[in-house]
Amino acid sequence: MTLDERLSNVSVVGAAGKMGSGITLLLAQEMARLSLLPQNRGKVFRLNAVDLSPEGLRGLQEYVHAQALKAAEKGAVGLRALYADREDLVENGEIIEDFVRRVESMVWPSTQLAAASGSHLVFEAIVEKVPVKVSVLKQLREIVPDDAFFFTNTSSVPIGLLDREAGLAGRIVGVHFYNPPPVQKLVEIIRAPGTRPDTAETAAEIGKRLRKTLIPAADVAGFIGNGHFIRDGLHGLQEAEALAKNEGWPKALWTVNRVSQDWLLRPMGIFQLIDYVGIDVFRFIQDVMGKFLEEPLSHPVVDAMIEHGVLGGQNPDGSQKPGFLRYEKGRITAVYDLERKDYVPLDPKGWTAEADARLGPLPEGFRGWKALAGAPDRDAALKAHFDAVAAMKTPGAELARRYVKRSREIARRLVATGVAARPEDVNGVLTSGFYHLYGPINDFCA
Amino acid sequence: MRKMQKRVYVVAADTTVFLGTGRKEFHPKKPRPGLEHYIAEAGKGVLAQISDPEAVDEGVVGNFMASRFNRQGHLGAMMAVVHPSLAGKPSLRVEGACASGGLAVVTAIKSVLAGQADLSLVVGVEVQNTVKAIYGADILAGAGHYAAERKSGHAYYFPAKFSDRAGEYKKRFGAERTWAAMGRWYEQAVRNARLNPKAQEFHNTTTDLFSTHQTMAPNPKSFCEHINVLDCSKVSDGAAAILVASEEGLKRTGRKKSEAVELVGFGHSTADLTAQPDDLTVLDTTRRAAREALEMAGVAVRDVGVFEVHDCFTISGILACEALGLAGHGEGADYVLSGATRRDGPTPVNTSGGLVGFGHPTGASGVRMAADLWRQLTGRAGDDQVKIPSERPHGIFASMGGNDRTVVSCVFRRAA
Repeated sequence: MTLDERLSNVSVVGAAGKMGSGITLLLAQEMARLSLLPQNRGKVFRLNAVDLSPEGLRGLQEYVHAQALKAAEKGAVGLRALYADREDLVENGEIIEDFVRRVESMVWPSTQLAAASGSHLVFEAIVEKVPVKVSVLKQLREIVPDDAFFFTNTSSVPIGLLDREAGLAGRIVGVHFYNPPPVQKLVEIIRAPGTRPDTAETAAEIGKRLRKTLIPAADVAGFIGNGHFIRDGLHGLQEAEALAKNEGWPKALWTVNRVSQDWLLRPMGIFQLIDYVGIDVFRFIQDVMGKFLEEPLSHPVVDAMIEHGVLGGQNPDGSQKPGFLRYEKGRITAVYDLERKDYVPLDPKGWTAEADARLGPLPEGFRGWKALAGAPDRDAALKAHFDAVAAMKTPGAELARRYVKRSREIARRLVATGVAARPEDVNGVLTSGFYHLYGPINDFCA
Repeated sequence: MRKMQKRVYVVAADTTVFLGTGRKEFHPKKPRPGLEHYIAEAGKGVLAQISDPEAVDEGVVGNFMASRFNRQGHLGAMMAVVHPSLAGKPSLRVEGACASGGLAVVTAIKSVLAGQADLSLVVGVEVQNTVKAIYGADILAGAGHYAAERKSGHAYYFPAKFSDRAGEYKKRFGAERTWAAMGRWYEQAVRNARLNPKAQEFHNTTTDLFSTHQTMAPNPKSFCEHINVLDCSKVSDGAAAILVASEEGLKRTGRKKSEAVELVGFGHSTADLTAQPDDLTVLDTTRRAAREALEMAGVAVRDVGVFEVHDCFTISGILACEALGLAGHGEGADYVLSGATRRDGPTPVNTSGGLVGFGHPTGASGVRMAADLWRQLTGRAGDDQVKIPSERPHGIFASMGGNDRTVVSCVFRRAA
């Protein structure tokens, strides 16, 4: 069966979720493109978007429309080539409209798993609960053709376990998109020991079709991305906890968040990133990893936040919900105080300034992540920055050095334990999936 | 030989802010002023400079595609928003793609020359931010031969046309110097715009404009093969207005002669819209119109001290310098690289920012050029004023439509 044939009937299960909807959009766009090729005229392409929630599926349709429109407008140059022989469609506006309608028409929403019965390819993007995943995969196995492949988007559960428990005989592979899938370039491809080569090859081909950066990871809970992120986050929490003893939580969280953003030149601070992922999601992944790896991965502050009902994550419109930090239009406006169970607004003339002053100045000639991201002299600037951090005796630089070292230690361990085949793979995940300007395996502050 | 049958002046001029991305007050999702606002603002700005607004005899509106950008036709009848006395007087809208403004100027000139009006109010206007650039590209493609070329054309139809010109120029005259000259043109445009509070690039704070341009390699997958987005004039809303007068009209306005500029020659040339340009590295219609204007004025390009050219793209600016005779064929890039077109150079071009820096509300641009020459030659240009040497007292503009298919050129000097 060719890839195009396989793509003529695909199902995404959990399609209304955040990851599921992004994957649905990407696939629907690719299928719409295929449907326009001369050899495919007249063929039906069908993407079954399966989800338990009718409201969620309605939202998915709106999402697919809005995002497909945006993508078509941006990709109009290429679209015109695809429509070159459609004499009836002349203007960009006509071509874009036709393509968006085509993308939308790929998506067949359903609340019934049975809708997936004709699919040769099933993407699973449901809740990260092992028994639920196993049960759904088992049901799917019984209704889909025998040659169907299963791509799971799990970010933490070992693929081998799902393979065994659901009896898939190696027709499963981990295809781990990053959030949000249409934007993030990175996809981790995780082969279980029993994964069939043709299944893995198909995953790689589709990844390439969707123009993703593919990085292989071993079938170890958390894989590379979360393997680094969870431990990196827990390090941030430990640092904050130590600071909080004397400084209180708001200053501690603010300080570590700043250091992990500005001193480390990352796109966002560690607590903003955890808020973005969702504190509950963070704990969930942490727990799954802890269980499979038999490694104590937890922090009481994560539990406390969830107990307080402060979870982070995003609103349906994409805006950030409050977590460790509170936001307005994407900017941090307040920090959570675990003792008072309330937010303390930033005070640039008061406590925030005190916390910043205590850190000491940033290295001379500091340029932030955004400025450096597109800078032609980026590598030299990074080296100069970390040389300066290595030499400075301020608390900010000390915190940063510990952070850089811990991140490197985590990354090296991922290579040593075979989760990543090569240091370049860990570095690739952090640069393409987390938008770091440099990989954690480096000689900064060594 | 054509010559001016009587004296014709521009006695007052004004422009609105050219609004679009780059201006701090621009928000794509918030409501913005419409055509009537811009026509009224620019027109009133002119009438405020004369003693009796009711003395105006007629109106001419230059506009390209309000019929699609704003779903509005019949703009001639919108002139009364400037002053109630204009209702009941003749007024019309003229169209010649991006030269619509230039065409409006020449229409008023002909009306005054024919003795049909002593004071003709010209307003050029376009409001283009009603649609995203990708859809605006379809609308602007109407300046080309739509039936024959839109389907086979690029998503960004006109940028691609001028990208082709840039590509040919690079091939014939050297890629590096061409690309560098395009970067210098962009830098010069934004620097001039920073002196002009009404310019779209007035708020631009990029520190190293030249290297910003040079490092942004053209990307044919998302845009064009030989130009980047900085090579393009932006999508703009705005209007410009001038008052064209006879000797008698000038008297009626109460203005001193020294506050006016005299039109000493004009040219108006078109090429076959359904044909392809003979040579992509030559703007021959621009050359023809500018020559006509200079010949009619009886002056040479060395007598001109300030220039306005239609730099819808940086490459168009370079080609226009050649078409006007500032540089020989293939020498425009070096001419720009020499700094000669900068405000401190011997032949300052586009002193208020040009289309790349000031903005390009298509129907307004030609009128805006005339307005800027009036400002410069009468010493009213404010922060962007350049010195007009006494041995080069003239100013010239060339307003171009489409791919060099309609061009209007006018030569002015300070009235005396």
